[in-house]
Amino acid sequence: MKKFMNMGLLVDSHNKSADGKKWTLLEKLFLGLTPQQYIMQALLNPFNWLLALIFAVGLPILAGRFYFGLNWVTHSSNDYPWGLFLGFGLFAMVPLSSSGFQLGTACEVFGRHDLEPIERVGLLNGLLGYLFAVIYLLCDLGQPWRLPYPMAVAFGPASVLFLVAWHVATYLSVQVAEVSASFFEWIGWPLGKQGVRKMTLGLTVAGIILSTLHQGALGALFTYAPGKVHPLWYSASFQWLHFFVSSLPGGLCMVITVTTIARKTMEWRCDERFKSTLDKLTITLAKGATMGLATYLTIKLIGVAHDNEWSYFATGWGAWFIFEMGVGVILPLILFVYAIPRNAFAIARLAAFFTVFGVVLNRVNTAMICFNWKLPYREIPHWREVVIAVMIYAIYIVVYRFILYRLPILYQWKEEPVLEAVAVPSSNGRAPAYREALSPAASYREAVEEPVAISSYAATGLGADESGRGGL
Amino acid sequence: MSGISRRKFLCATVVGGAMTTLGSVCGKGGKAWASGSFEGYPEGMGVLVDLTRCIGCRTCEAACNKEQKLPEPDQPFNDQSVFNTKRRTDESHYTVVNKYDAGQGPVYRKIQCNHCNEPGCLTSCFVNAYTKTKEGAVVYNSKVCVGCRTCMVACPFNIPAFKYSSATDPVIKKCIFCHETRLKNGLPPACVEACPQAVLTFGYRKDLVKLGHERIRNNAGRYVDQIYGETEVGGTGWMYLSGVPFEQVGFDTTLGNEPIISNVKDFLSTVPMVLAIWPALFSGIHLLATKGKDHGSGHGEDDHVKNEKEEPRP
Repeated sequence: MKKFMNMGLLVDSHNKSADGKKWTLLEKLFLGLTPQQYIMQALLNPFNWLLALIFAVGLPILAGRFYFGLNWVTHSSNDYPWGLFLGFGLFAMVPLSSSGFQLGTACEVFGRHDLEPIERVGLLNGLLGYLFAVIYLLCDLGQPWRLPYPMAVAFGPASVLFLVAWHVATYLSVQVAEVSASFFEWIGWPLGKQGVRKMTLGLTVAGIILSTLHQGALGALFTYAPGKVHPLWYSASFQWLHFFVSSLPGGLCMVITVTTIARKTMEWRCDERFKSTLDKLTITLAKGATMGLATYLTIKLIGVAHDNEWSYFATGWGAWFIFEMGVGVILPLILFVYAIPRNAFAIARLAAFFTVFGVVLNRVNTAMICFNWKLPYREIPHWREVVIAVMIYAIYIVVYRFILYRLPILYQWKEEPVLEAVAVPSSNGRAPAYREALSPAASYREAVEEPVAISSYAATGLGADESGRGGL
Repeated sequence: MSGISRRKFLCATVVGGAMTTLGSVCGKGGKAWASGSFEGYPEGMGVLVDLTRCIGCRTCEAACNKEQKLPEPDQPFNDQSVFNTKRRTDESHYTVVNKYDAGQGPVYRKIQCNHCNEPGCLTSCFVNAYTKTKEGAVVYNSKVCVGCRTCMVACPFNIPAFKYSSATDPVIKKCIFCHETRLKNGLPPACVEACPQAVLTFGYRKDLVKLGHERIRNNAGRYVDQIYGETEVGGTGWMYLSGVPFEQVGFDTTLGNEPIISNVKDFLSTVPMVLAIWPALFSGIHLLATKGKDHGSGHGEDDHVKNEKEEPRP
């Protein structure tokens, strides 16, 4: 890919070249390459062959799951009703997607605009994590075509899952709206972007509410099974807080992990702003994750103390708990504390990986491994269930990569000085002198946004902010 | 406060208000159901199972199979070899009898849905597929079931089973107290009627509690002084008498007396509060955090100029 991109074909604005010739949609989709070139680069990438192998095995099995039923791909366990699709797919994907609301909040609510180079990765990571959690859910549900029932047909409002369903559905829409700004830039529809921008603060605050509640609600789901989840992973009073708080470092560290991979594997797509700030922002995220991990460790111990579960530490379950907390919480905590003051970026990234691992392990433990701890047997998932779970994750990676390659997530879209846009009155007649210093791109942006900015709450700050940067 | 920031605040408040309304729909519902405790309908029926009388003939299993039109079993109902393993209810067995060695001879224990007063399955279901009828049965509406299997997670007795074998209509399968065919018409369930040893006594739940305590009192030494199900998880319609400690014959004696939903109330009650408080809290933080910074207080160009100066330059 890099080789092809060095041919100077990078799509990062509507215009192919200075003479104003526009990219067609097809060219944008092929990243400015010809279809032949595109296929060539895809075939040359060994990772694609691995993906092809996973799909070749996985797709028929997925089809079989819907044709033959769940008992063909799982052990049909009545004791372990939730297998990998939920234990991993839903319960682990959702906490790793808390990045969307966290970065949105930091940038838009707390005004931390220095985080903007990674804000969109955070939002996209949130959207895709939720989307694929729902796709895992659709594989797991007995009657996936009835998924809208809790919204329209039958209501069980005392149920935690009712909240989860409503909140995940609402939050998915919120996230689609948040991420759509970059889609509108890419497709070339500034009005859509303005519309979204006007809603930014509202969307972000809605995101905080919905995230707080359903991250917690996923934990609260297990309070229906007080005797089944091992006491070390269960806390009637704090379960929802354990899930919510651990999702915070989980989401931040997922962004560190994803940006690390993106920086390594698609450097051609990252712009200078992203590349030059990433190390510094990694440390910023690491600071947040450190606070989250420390708080999580504390409230986990409070949970153990509150229910007086210390005696379980002497059992095998206790050793497993100590492993989970040691590798997934304490080790990354130590690594972060070492890395942050020393700007040891590689170590911070390693710590982020351990944190992600720790969050996943916690969810898999709660939902599967330490579930039904009183029963004499542990259920090992059926191999077909494992194949489907791996394949859906592979689809997740493909979609993630597809979007990162194209939409302005890792780079900023270069707006061109389009004449018809400037025809809109460029200001309220009091154009200040500083604007003349801005580049054509920035003044275009300003021109488009100014009429809106005057009457809208959200666009003002952002418009000014971005035009300021555009001029640099 | 200038026009723009007022508008900004208003917008945030409106969004918050909308969220709160949405929330109160969920929240109120949750609250109404979660508050108070439900002791069961006064006319609720139940069954008292006397384990000291059971001989493990499995007649009840056969009767259930016939009444509920379940598929033919792999092994006939007079086959005693099934006792070699501990079985549980599944999609084609709504009730099973297990054998336990508890010191003095075998003890047989019939399991089926206990028809809780405040069932975990019912309160956990997000499409409200379960109903506790006034006759005391916990019945299930397969027409709305999405197949999420949360009820199976929530049942403290591990009773609901899932019809995994069906690709097009996988639903929950469990004992419904023969509600449709019998209980509704005042008849005892098929298993009770079929039992040759009078192990199962059908009646009003409140009478059965009295009867159970009388039996314990009148037969000194025969029973453990406890009716399992009288108070467990808020009380169950089906209750048990045993001659050996309950935990020796497979009962979970650690469930406590609170209905399952009580564990969840802590969380459910935070939901409307988060929905109501967060919008104002975070909009407020936004105003505080960005006052005089790049979001500004909306003084037009002055603000922009200020931003130009404040914007950190790489």
